[in-house]
Formats: sequence, structure tokens, C-alpha cells
Amino acid sequence: MSKKILEIIGLTREFGIGNSTMKAVDNVSLSLEKGQILGVVGESGSGKSTLARIVMALDKPTAGNVLFENEDIFALSASKLRRLRSNFQMIFQDPYGSLDPRHKISRIIAEPLHLEANAPRGKALRDRIGKLLEEVGLAAEDMDKYPHEFSGGQRQRVAIARALITKPKLIVADEATSALDLTVQAQILKLILEMRDTHGISVLFITHNIGVVDEICDSVAVMQSGKLVETGPVRQVLDNPRESYTKRLLSAEPTLDKIGRKKHQVSESPP
Amino acid sequence: MKRLPWSLIVGGTITAILIFAAIVSQFWTPVDPTAINIGNRLKGPGEGGILGSDHFGRDELSMIMAGAWVSLGIAFSAIAVGGLIGTVLGVVAASERGPFEALIMRVNDVLFAFPPVLSAILLAAILGGGPVTTIVAIALFMIPVFARVTRSAALQIWARDYILAARMSGKSSARITLEHVIPNIAAQIIVQIAIQTGLGILTEAGLSFLGLGIAPPTPSWGRMLADAQTYLTIAPHLVFVPGIAICTAVLGLNLLGDGLRDLTDPRRRQST
Repeated sequence: MSKKILEIIGLTREFGIGNSTMKAVDNVSLSLEKGQILGVVGESGSGKSTLARIVMALDKPTAGNVLFENEDIFALSASKLRRLRSNFQMIFQDPYGSLDPRHKISRIIAEPLHLEANAPRGKALRDRIGKLLEEVGLAAEDMDKYPHEFSGGQRQRVAIARALITKPKLIVADEATSALDLTVQAQILKLILEMRDTHGISVLFITHNIGVVDEICDSVAVMQSGKLVETGPVRQVLDNPRESYTKRLLSAEPTLDKIGRKKHQVSESPP
Repeated sequence: MKRLPWSLIVGGTITAILIFAAIVSQFWTPVDPTAINIGNRLKGPGEGGILGSDHFGRDELSMIMAGAWVSLGIAFSAIAVGGLIGTVLGVVAASERGPFEALIMRVNDVLFAFPPVLSAILLAAILGGGPVTTIVAIALFMIPVFARVTRSAALQIWARDYILAARMSGKSSARITLEHVIPNIAAQIIVQIAIQTGLGILTEAGLSFLGLGIAPPTPSWGRMLADAQTYLTIAPHLVFVPGIAICTAVLGLNLLGDGLRDLTDPRRRQST
């Protein structure tokens, strides 16, 4: 019933190391439906971040396709890809490295508007930034501050505001909560859920923390050394893992304070 | 409130005095620095003028002040030319990577292999002596220095996530360099300018000492030192006055550079 916003088909990315090649992503196929949150989980070095960079068209795959709303993003011309870019944005892991320390918050948030030919300017722009800041739980006056005046969690909110300004359809969150402490993690996860509910944004949520997947994702893909191990709806995969790797990841799960959703879901759909 | 590093205070003071003396020399010196007064020759400090006089009876203090203008002028001009070219090459190398970067850096290695004195002799043979030759020789030496510093600093910035965010915003490499890279490496460039100006003064003095710099009678610290050799036993102050001027100027600019680095580098600030 709902249509696919993102489809990854047979994606492979090789890196040359000396004379040999290493497959960071090996023949991965995934799809994400509109308004859904897909968790990609795996340990460090499993190719999750490479996958994220390719989906964001920041890197080119060795083989395979990425279809965004049925359009192959690597078959598009540079100008067409540019036009498509306002539809997908990214949230990074390190909220300290993802905001330019020399730019004011307003300038940071407005940066993706560079993609839009008739982007708002002046008063209209400031209004839009102010509204966004309030939406992500900051104050409109914060736009004239610099990143160093904010904590890690607040910076991640700024990064989310930046990702939202072009009203994207897809957001890739690459370990977006991993650098934050647990209470702030819960707040940011809540914000991502709200974002999905109010704007209908689809999220590709990349994490090493399977507990976080349990909290917010609708479906999950487990990766190990570049390969897709297991994929499916979150309850199916996490409650009845078929693969031993998934079981091991689950048993190594660190605990996260519940944000209320997990319990609710468990009671609704018993295994 | 942040405490300023002591090196910044000392270095800044010395540099300010140097620049002040250089500027004042253009309007006023105790005596005309080129005026010859044979009756007053080889006087010690205090006897004829505050810092004495040389073998032509020229006033040392006036010559030091005028020499400061020449030294700073040449050092700054060389930095402006060499620093600008080097910085542009460095940031372009960092943004383009690949064979272009390799080419730039290897050409820089070749440039770096020529000491400024050697290139000055070469240039003097082609262009003739004079301030332009001196400036070009020092600038040639500065290009690789700035190219290396800016490249490595810019590479660190290119690895940051906010560069990825800018790329996702469809910005070109040139635009990212202007908007994100240069503002974030500006502090390092300014530190280099201070330190390299000191080196430029030293090089200019060296070239003038060898007779490759500014033509007489324009006063120059290096030539004052060269002239003083002859009178070392009878008028040692002629060695000390320009010698101390050169040392102090170089030391001051180096301290200023160190101080600026301490001020702008948060890691260093925490450790001190």
C-alpha cells in the first residue's frame, strides 16, 4: 500500500588496499517505505557508514543501484542530482564535527537552502529558521549564537534542524545518537519519531546499538562485514532472530531507558 | 577571562615597537640616516648620537629606524606574494587531491630545496640586484612553507562532517574552500605570517650582508653588520647595534607567532 521511497539493489563498494580490494559493502539490497524508519545495525566496520554515504550520493558504488522514488541517483546528471538532493539530508554522529565552528547557527541551518533556486532570504528566512529551531526544541533567538555555546544534545538538534530545512522526504541518521549520553539520546530519538510523525519523513537509521533499533525502527537490516545478514520487520527480527550473528548482537545489547514505545509495541504484537 | 600568553604580550610589544619605529622613520629620524659627517665618525654610543655613529659618521639610531622600514617592507612584501601563492596552492591541493595535489607538492619540494640565498644569487644574475630581487627570492622560499602548512591544515578541515553537510548542500569545492576551509585555517595562516615575517627579516639581513640586498645608501641592517666587520676592534658597537636589532625583531615576531598559536589553539591553551 505504501510506496517505496528508497530502494538499494545489489549495492557493492570496494576499496583498494595496496594490490588487494576490500568489499566494504557487499551486494546489499534493501528497501525503505514511505514514512517508515529502517534501522541498519551492525558492529564497527560492517559497512553501515559506507552505505549511508552512498545513499547520500557522497560516494559512488562499485556496483549496484540506489533508487530514490524509483529514480537511479547514479544515473542522473549532476544538475538533476543536485535538484534531487533537497529531498534527502543527513544527520551525523559527531555533533561537534558536523557544525562549522566559525558559522552562526542561522547560517548552518540555512546551508542546504543553497540547493533551492528561490530560497527565502532576509526576514522570511529568519522566520523559517526560528520556527525550525522551536520545532527541534531550541529557541528562535539561538540562531545568532555560535555552535560552541551549545551542548552536544543541543548541537544535534541544530543538525536535525539543518536536515529539515529543505523539507526532505528521506533522512539518513548515521549513528546520530551514539555520541550522546543516554538521557539526551532518548530525547533525540523522540525528536526523530516526532519528525517522522509530523512530516512523514522516512528515516534510514544507522546504528551499532540494537537497543535503539528496538526503540524506534519499523524494520531492521543487520549487517556484518559488508554483507546483509538478516532483514525484516523489527519485531520479527529482534524477537525471532534467524541468524546467529543477530542473536549475538542482541545478547550484547546495552540497555537504554525506555521511551515508552517499546513496551507498547510488545503488548500489541506478542511474539 | 582568558589570560593572554606571555609570549603574545612580549612578542606583540616588540613587534609593535618595530612597526612604530619603521613608520616613524618615514617622517622623522634624529638625523638624516644617509647624511655623512666625517668629523663625527666611529663615535661610541652617547658620544655622537644615542647609539653612536658609523665609519661615515652616519647616525646609527637613524639608520636602524630606517633599516626597520626596509626590513619589514621587504619581509611583508615577500610574505604577501609568497604567502598568497602558497596558501592558494595549499588549499587547492587539499580540495582537489589526486595527481594535481601530488604535482603541486613535488614542485614545492623542488622550490624548498633552494635556499633563498642561492635563488637570490641566481635572480640577481638575471634581474640584477635590488629590493624586487630580494622580495622575489624570499617569496619563492615562502611559497612551499605556506603551501605545506595550509594544505595539512585544510586536509584536517576536509575530513570534518560539516564539509559533508556542505557537499550535500550542493556546494562546489571552491565554495566550500572559501566558506568553510579558509575561515577555519585562518588562525594557522596568521601564526605562519608572524613567524615567517621574522624569518623574512633574517633572510633579508643575510642577503644584504652578502651584498645581494638593497643597494647603498638605503640603510639596511644586514649591510650595517657587514660594514661593521672592518671596525670590529675599534668600534664594536657597530656590530652590536644592528645585530641586536635583528635578533630582537626575529625573536619578537617568533614570540608573537607562538603567542597567537597558544591563543588560537584550544588544546595548547588547556595544557598551559
